[in-house]
Amino acid sequence: MDLIPWNIAAPAIGAAFLASIVEVVEAFTIVLAVGTLRGWRPAAAGTVAALLCLSVIVAVLGPLLDRVPIHLLQGVVGCLLLLFGLRWLRKAILRAAGYVALHDEDAIYARELAGLQEEARRRQTAADWIAGLAAFKAVLLEGLEVVFIVIAVGAGGKTIVAASLGAMAACVLVLLIGVFMHRPLARVPENTLKFVVGVMLSSFGVFWTGEGLGVAWPGGDAAIPAVAAAFLAFSLLMIRGLRRNGRELAS
Amino acid sequence: MNTFVLVFRELVGLFVDDGSLAIAIVVVVVLTAVSSALGSPAIVTGGILFAGCLFALGENIRRTTREDRQ
Repeated sequence: MDLIPWNIAAPAIGAAFLASIVEVVEAFTIVLAVGTLRGWRPAAAGTVAALLCLSVIVAVLGPLLDRVPIHLLQGVVGCLLLLFGLRWLRKAILRAAGYVALHDEDAIYARELAGLQEEARRRQTAADWIAGLAAFKAVLLEGLEVVFIVIAVGAGGKTIVAASLGAMAACVLVLLIGVFMHRPLARVPENTLKFVVGVMLSSFGVFWTGEGLGVAWPGGDAAIPAVAAAFLAFSLLMIRGLRRNGRELAS
Repeated sequence: MNTFVLVFRELVGLFVDDGSLAIAIVVVVVLTAVSSALGSPAIVTGGILFAGCLFALGENIRRTTREDRQ
């Protein structure tokens, strides 16, 4: 197996790691609520079932990626990255400027706990089953996002192993901190992570979409950091402008 | 069945949150593809893609915040 140069692997590892942390923290909050309310058996059963589903999806779809022509793969993945990355960046800018409420892991935990309690009260006999299903859905949905992120970040540039390592590191880190703290990871700077990841994924998206459409970027892969710097500067300027407008309206 | 519908909705939601932003991005990609098919220089095609994405993002945020203020 050829080793990928560090300057190519590092952005893939970094983007997959940061994006996966956001998703894994969200899944962890729900699993923690299930485990706290109904015990760890349904929480573990739901989590393991979801991980098995994810493994099957990856095992079935993974080998197909090698059969897709590289330009087509880059174009499709690039477009999806643009949709995904710009969506995150938009939300992060609006949150940073105060137009959308910040993500609150403690509030989500409390809401999930209340929802499960209510559901368990109404359907007492199936309470464990409902709790396990909640854990299953959370891990499956957030896991699918992680799988997409790994494919999107890694497939276009053949850095899928590096991206997988980044995602795995995020899972292990969140799990270790979660086991140690035993409470929702509310202090993870979710919006800052989303902002950084939005910039990174949007930059990968522009680069891969361009490559897929036959654009020869000046400097090759080195164009990615330049595009990212431009996205970052543009986003920071937007936040500054929106905050100033907000202050002027308030005064 | 509900779980599958939920998974499908979540998958779509991964890429489409504000529909107008998604449409704007698709339009930018189509314009880039047309430019590439017409044989425009790489710098022009890349410029359309990059500047188009920035414009789509900026315009969407500007519109969202304006509606929010109203």
